[in-house]
Amino acid sequence: MAIADAHTVRGGLRTLWRMTRIALMTPWQVTFAVGATLISATMQLIIPRLLGRAIDQTQLLAAGTLDATNALWTTAWAVLAVSFVRGVFTTFQNYFSEAVNHHTGVELRLRYYEQVQRLSFGFHDSVHSGDLITLGLLDLDGARQFFSTGLVRLVLLTVLIGFGGTMLLQIDWQLGLMALSFVPVVGWFSSVSQLRLRLTWRDLQDRMSVLSRVMEENLAGIRVVRAFSAGAHEMTKFDAASANALGLAHERVDIRVRSTGIMTLSFLAAMGLVLWVGGEKVMAGHMSVGTLTSFLTFMTILQMPVRQLGLLVNSFARTSTCGARVFAFLDLQPAIADGPKAKDLVLGDAELRFDGVDFAYPNAPEAKVLTGLTFTAKRGETIGIIGPPGSGKSTLAHLIPRFYDVTAGRIMVDGQDIRAVTLASLRRAVSVVAQDVFLFTTSLENNIAYAEPLAEDEAIEEVSSDAQIHSHITGLKSGYRTVVGERGSSLSGGQRQRMAIARSLLPKPSVLVFDDSTAAVDANTEARIRTALVEGASDRVTLIIAHRLNSLLHADRILFLDKGRVVEQGSHAELLALGGRYRALYDLQTSGADREGL
Amino acid sequence: MTNQSSTQDYQSDRESAAGAPTLRAVVGSHRIEEEMFGKVFDPQIIKRIGFFVKPYRREFIISVVAVLIFTVTQLMIPMIIRYAIDWGVIPGNIGLLHAALIVFAVVISINYGASHVQETVVGKAAENVLFDIRRAMFAHLQDVSLSFMDKTEVGRLMSRLQGDVGSMQEFLETSVLSVGDIVLLFGIITLMLYLDVQLGLITLSVMPVLFIARIFWLPMAREAFIKAHETNSAVNGALAEGIHAVRTVQGMGREALNARLYGDKVMANLGTNLWASKIAQVLVPVVDTMTGFAMALVVVLGGAKLLGHTLDVGVMVAFLFFIQRFFDPIRSLTIQYSVMQRAMASGQRLIEVLDVDVSVKDRPDAVDIGETDGSVEFRDVTFGYDKQQMVLKDLSFRVEPGQTVALVGPTGSGKSSAMSLIHRFYDVTEGQILVGGHDVRDVTQASLGRQIAMVLQEPFLFTGSVLENIRYNKEDATREQIIAAATVLGADPFIRALPQGYDTVLGERGGSLSTGQRQLLSFARALVADAKILVLDEATASIDSATEQMIQRALAILLKGRTGLVIAHRLATVRNADKIMVLQAGRLVESGTHAELISNGGLYAGLYRANYASFDDVEAPA
Repeated sequence: MAIADAHTVRGGLRTLWRMTRIALMTPWQVTFAVGATLISATMQLIIPRLLGRAIDQTQLLAAGTLDATNALWTTAWAVLAVSFVRGVFTTFQNYFSEAVNHHTGVELRLRYYEQVQRLSFGFHDSVHSGDLITLGLLDLDGARQFFSTGLVRLVLLTVLIGFGGTMLLQIDWQLGLMALSFVPVVGWFSSVSQLRLRLTWRDLQDRMSVLSRVMEENLAGIRVVRAFSAGAHEMTKFDAASANALGLAHERVDIRVRSTGIMTLSFLAAMGLVLWVGGEKVMAGHMSVGTLTSFLTFMTILQMPVRQLGLLVNSFARTSTCGARVFAFLDLQPAIADGPKAKDLVLGDAELRFDGVDFAYPNAPEAKVLTGLTFTAKRGETIGIIGPPGSGKSTLAHLIPRFYDVTAGRIMVDGQDIRAVTLASLRRAVSVVAQDVFLFTTSLENNIAYAEPLAEDEAIEEVSSDAQIHSHITGLKSGYRTVVGERGSSLSGGQRQRMAIARSLLPKPSVLVFDDSTAAVDANTEARIRTALVEGASDRVTLIIAHRLNSLLHADRILFLDKGRVVEQGSHAELLALGGRYRALYDLQTSGADREGL
Repeated sequence: MTNQSSTQDYQSDRESAAGAPTLRAVVGSHRIEEEMFGKVFDPQIIKRIGFFVKPYRREFIISVVAVLIFTVTQLMIPMIIRYAIDWGVIPGNIGLLHAALIVFAVVISINYGASHVQETVVGKAAENVLFDIRRAMFAHLQDVSLSFMDKTEVGRLMSRLQGDVGSMQEFLETSVLSVGDIVLLFGIITLMLYLDVQLGLITLSVMPVLFIARIFWLPMAREAFIKAHETNSAVNGALAEGIHAVRTVQGMGREALNARLYGDKVMANLGTNLWASKIAQVLVPVVDTMTGFAMALVVVLGGAKLLGHTLDVGVMVAFLFFIQRFFDPIRSLTIQYSVMQRAMASGQRLIEVLDVDVSVKDRPDAVDIGETDGSVEFRDVTFGYDKQQMVLKDLSFRVEPGQTVALVGPTGSGKSSAMSLIHRFYDVTEGQILVGGHDVRDVTQASLGRQIAMVLQEPFLFTGSVLENIRYNKEDATREQIIAAATVLGADPFIRALPQGYDTVLGERGGSLSTGQRQLLSFARALVADAKILVLDEATASIDSATEQMIQRALAILLKGRTGLVIAHRLATVRNADKIMVLQAGRLVESGTHAELISNGGLYAGLYRANYASFDDVEAPA
């Protein structure tokens, strides 16, 4: 994949800053979240002090030095009030930081989706679609939570550890140091284990995806497995992949347990230390029992947040790597886009012209696929294109709607260089019916109306009739509303191709290209489609790319392509008479077949 | 039920735009979510899952003991602090303080050890159980009837093998912890009452409030959570579709509209997620306030009792400690409640997979078929996938060793079903099938499999090298044998042209190869398997003439010296067969050589004259 990780510290910081800027697009939520965090953290710090004071007050009461129980009541009310305020603001803190995360997610998802649609074929050829999905789901999700898991937690921990620690040190620096002694230990172990878990997580995902692949291929190819009685063989594959994943899963349990155990132990040890030294201080009269209590309760309050130090570190690490990958993708520029001065295509005579076109795929610039291709097709004409595999037939089809740009030369539609017009207007005018048909999991009518979602029923039925799929559809229980791929409604290869033809006919293109798109349609049906299309054909240029000669016998002109060059051209009769490559292919396809009509 | 709900949803999409022209556009498919939560407790499921836990009984017992020890030490800590203060610090008895500290040190060491043992043991045991369940399911799927596999989506099975197994793991891990939580809860209550009955009862009065609040909150939270989950998968599904379909989207100029539709989904998802976040937080102030209330009670009442010298200050401190731990077990127990429900729903689905009928089984007295002559005979075979509809009716024919028979007929005539029966993918309803003179039901499936090689219509390649794909499960096939097979079939040149030749790792489903090349590889696989009988379903996909010639040549080599049954689509294949059998609606309507059938002027002659590219694509005559 052409997406690089940013490994440098500067790159990491830049990523974090970009994530922060996206979070700041919801300034109010950010303000509320941070404000609420400050308040709730402060409240948390107050509670131990109040409890300590309460203990001291009871001691004084017991000793008779404080004569009113009012003081205790005040403290009790304060505890209740502070707890309430803390609860309310914790809610705000959590809710608003989650809200910022969700808004960040929305922003990233929309950008991501648009970018997927914007990048040209050349890019999509170079990436595995599974990688794009992983990036758009897992990495994006890892990055979008930066605000709550990173920034807000940073504020919270700074207040709790910073202010709380300072407070303790001020009261009694010795005891304060002891109370805080577990912080670096826990922080270190939790960070190390989180980072290690993070590293092994990717590894585990990889191993799990091997296991998933073994299972998935087995289930999808179950007939092959059964045909070769390969059950035992498949179990061996499964066991190997499974053991591999299980081993790492066990390792991860060890990593996790090792650190949590030490974290708890160091916390409790620090507590014991405070009890020891603090207890002796109280006995010596240097400290009140209340102060000791507030030290101990403060420690319990600090315990959870300190354990989260690791999560904080992890959040920064995750955001900078996942975020960097997401941003690297979002920053890509599409190879093909509207120029600054692009105008809408002005439709005229429907003329298509290739003018000395050279082409090589972006990933293999030395290997020319098309060389010096020149031809003109006028409105109403049908051009047949034939040639051995790899001769550049499909490539030619992909150049007309600018799925790729020519390397040299130019392609003109109605006298306008296709690179000078807007992509949207060009692609409205040009339809390519591909051999591999992607049908969407929605109703048949939605599929046919894909390019013209506002089309009327009549228009949809008309193109379906032309494509010879109408009678099949009306024969289905739910007719045009049948959802593709639902049980009992799966379409055969030929039916799928007919769907694709109907879909391409609907927008009434000026240039219609059939890229081997009737290969799975039987000859009679194909002939019927051809007849149905004659009516509209006078308004457009039709290009037919095929393996089967009888798909393009009727073309006005046939180009025989080999290694990206036109080696022969003319009508069927002319090419037969020529006695060259075309003739040879004709003989091959009709050899032995004493079938009439060819 | 599934179909209905999707139709309803679809119609509501349409009606929403009543008046205006209908916008026939959606992004992402509507997928029906599965039940996420089941009954809390289903003894049947527990029993079945218990079967998988049994091998790790020792580990689970150790964990439970460890978690109990861990919980007890946790409960002891505030108590030690209490005694350290009341017996050591306040009376100024340094010896008792030190004694308390020694006990403290011992307790936290035990705590450390217990938590270590418990987490390690249960963590690993739960992983083991999970992997065992998955293995059992996967192994079972290797044996279940093909009709089940035919009608079950791979994605569905995968989510059983992954998601559902995962939630069982979560359940196993937390169930041990919940034992600790229950002990912790009762321990806190007992100790508080032990320390001071009055103070204990009063402060514990907030506990039911917390419980009740949590119970009322739970269904609300769950609903919000499910909604958020659903919109989330809708958004993810739409993104996946956008990625897979990007070429169609660009070709049809749907970018802008799709971005808008996707935006709608994303915003709907934002709504449900914000609501879920709100619900998730709504209990926090209640819990905090109730905790504060309990602490305030301790301060006031404890203070009063202290004044009356009926309470020690250390007890107050211990109370404050316990109160802060109050809510933890309640929270985890209610979480555990949801985990259990989820696990029951998943467990139910896992059991369903494990219980799928294995309809084709070796008989207890099944014998090894041994070496056969390779003949195949159908005797009055009637067969249907379900009782109502028979796909084959009274089919009888015999294929002599070494003969090649082509089966032709319109779609739905039963050709593929007949071929599946030879390998005993299914059992006949009536009649019998003999391979080498043995009824296929009398021999072991493994030995039958060695007699038959199959080439399916869609060549299926596994992730792995070309070599591994050709070898497949014929593990003793040497590299030389494999190369020889590929060479004979004419596949060697293109394989050598691949980046690493025979060791080139093929992408998903051999995606980097052309259709014709994939077919040649699947031929080579069958050739290496070297069986007496070859069953082949010819591919219908169109390929260029040169490749087609190559395939025909390869086919002839593959069939040489073997009994061949070919579902034929190509004229050349049909003509080269020793015998052609024409099937229609499950019956054999005619058979003979090409010339014989043409002169008979029956269905075959009709199909032939109609000039169809493939016999398969003909709509079956009514």
